[in-house]
Amino acid sequence: MALTTRRSRLSTALRYALLVAVALVFVFPIVFMVMSSLKPDLQLLRDTTSFNAFLPVGDISLDNYFAAFRRAPVALFVFNSILVTSITVAVSLFLCSMAAFSFVFLNWKGRDVVLAAVIATLIVPFETIAIPLLLVVNNLPWIGPNGLTTGWLNTYHVQIVPWIADALTIFLFVQYFKDLPKDLVEAARIDGATWFQVYARVIVPISGPVIATAAILKFLAMYNQYLWPLMVTQSEAFRPVMVGLQYFFQLNVAWGEVMAYLSLITLPVLVFYLALQRAFIASIASTGIKG
Amino acid sequence: MKLAFFGTLGLTTALSTGVMAQTELSMWYHGAGNPAEREVLVGIIDDFNASQSDWVVRLQEFPQAAYNDSVTAAALAGNLPDILDVDGPNMPNWAWSGYMQPLQLSEDAIANFLPGAIGRWQGELYSIGLWDAAVAIFARRSVLEENGIRVPTLDEPWTGDEFNAALDTLKATGDFDYPLDLGMADQSEWYPYAFSPFLQSFGGDLIDRETYTSADGVLNGDAALEFGDWWQGLFQNDLAPGTSQDMAARETGFLDGRYALQWNGNWTALPAIEKYGDDMLFLPAPDFGNGPKIGAASWQFGVSANSDHPDGATAFIEFAIQDKYLAAFSNATGLIPATSTAAALTENYKPGGQLEVFYELSAQQGELRPVTPGYIVMSPLFRKALADIANGADPADALDAATDAIDADIARNNNYGF
Repeated sequence: MALTTRRSRLSTALRYALLVAVALVFVFPIVFMVMSSLKPDLQLLRDTTSFNAFLPVGDISLDNYFAAFRRAPVALFVFNSILVTSITVAVSLFLCSMAAFSFVFLNWKGRDVVLAAVIATLIVPFETIAIPLLLVVNNLPWIGPNGLTTGWLNTYHVQIVPWIADALTIFLFVQYFKDLPKDLVEAARIDGATWFQVYARVIVPISGPVIATAAILKFLAMYNQYLWPLMVTQSEAFRPVMVGLQYFFQLNVAWGEVMAYLSLITLPVLVFYLALQRAFIASIASTGIKG
Repeated sequence: MKLAFFGTLGLTTALSTGVMAQTELSMWYHGAGNPAEREVLVGIIDDFNASQSDWVVRLQEFPQAAYNDSVTAAALAGNLPDILDVDGPNMPNWAWSGYMQPLQLSEDAIANFLPGAIGRWQGELYSIGLWDAAVAIFARRSVLEENGIRVPTLDEPWTGDEFNAALDTLKATGDFDYPLDLGMADQSEWYPYAFSPFLQSFGGDLIDRETYTSADGVLNGDAALEFGDWWQGLFQNDLAPGTSQDMAARETGFLDGRYALQWNGNWTALPAIEKYGDDMLFLPAPDFGNGPKIGAASWQFGVSANSDHPDGATAFIEFAIQDKYLAAFSNATGLIPATSTAAALTENYKPGGQLEVFYELSAQQGELRPVTPGYIVMSPLFRKALADIANGADPADALDAATDAIDADIARNNNYGF
């Protein structure tokens, strides 16, 4: 009995040791980034050859952060990214979940073919459609404060609209909805609920985990956008954080400022993830479990 | 009272009409994120806008690493500005692609400019630079003298044999991790910019510049193979760190005394002087038989093909290339002013200035990268060949592969108009 207990403890200790080691692999880059953001360039580079890279040692200060704000309009870039990302995520979750609802719960002709076609778009790399998409948005009309205009370049909506409909988000919702008990929908319909009421009052309230998962994945994809905003925002006023990162790569790269900027722009991602963490983990944990 | 009112109204109207009469010129520049450069450029634009009443220049800045893609996207969308800047070796491609139009500057206006600052394509001037950059061998006088190595001069650079012997001597001391740092960590345009001059000094090149229609025989000929063997020997004999070098080692190795010599640009010269003071030397490229050579051409101003106001755009560029502005740019950025008269106005490049040698290096050894639209394809192919050879590939195979790919690209593009 004592031997079994000792083995069990040893096994637990080994498991935790392994988990800690894996966690460190993921945490160290973030620690390195934050620590490096506090050091002058030469010290930062020298420390990369030792464990000092992960420690707040030497000439520590916030100078790189102040310099980063002097070099680039950091607050503007963060604001732009958060604005574009938030709107896209919100609208995308709404529309993609409704699309998935129709694929799963409504019977209409060609449903399976359309779903297959939507999912097939997952294998099309964005780079292959970037130029045609640029030519399209450059000739699209828009009604805004300036009345009817043509061409979407240098706007927020050019960074939002093309990303609202998204096959991955639809796919995630479809997979989740398929596992929900059909009885719920049927009961609501028998009680006289419209399809939209079924969607809004029955399905959405029990879809927290998939909403969190889709929101996090969409948030990351949008927040990390580089090529598309680079192509469509020639005006600094609309640039997002990833294009802004290039401001720091001059002939002599200011690595400390790069790390300070990266630390700053990582904060919104961390906050968003932490806010949805519980639901996200619930979603991952339920993967593969059939209802 | 009424008279005063109408008088004021009339004056205001006249003034505002004057302002409205100014035609707006849009300008794109690659320097976003460089406050010192921005300050000088904005100063030039303000001076220009105030100096006349016909044109007003509006600046839009882009980060350098994203600039070329932004211009390409804008060209596709028909959204190019009036004035743009272009990296020298890319200019022929932009001209050939229809992004730029010839620059209507007189020859007198650019007569004193460094060759690397003048962008010509098919006999026409397309762009002009306010500065150039130059590469040198960074060294310490004390290290060379302790090891009995001759200090080369512009008039008498090291021969290839002398250079190789110097590397062997420095390696034999055991005092350094490597005798030479080439900057292999920087796997970007640095490779063709910094290393193709070695190939040219051996007698090879990226393309046959007589015809610009083939690389066969120059990139894979005898001279190129000799270069390839020498290049591979640097890494096989542990004379220089290879492609696995990291940027931290590149940036600190020479300053920390772990590399005896370093092949580096003038933009990193001031920290080296700060570290080593009078002991610091900037040496010319070695001569491998066809003259000592370094890369030339940096960013330059031009007029976009879309511009409806090439006369205004040209007027701005002509205004911007005054010596006082070239000097201001140099003082702000550390780069080499494009004329000797401007150099005399600068802190670092004036006679006796601590970077004076770089002006002469640029003037005497600067070699343009191939002036062809196909250069943007050659550049990554040559970079790959150099990396492959450094990593142990057969030099003949690597250079043959690059030659074939370059020739195929040229054929695919109908010889790029040659």
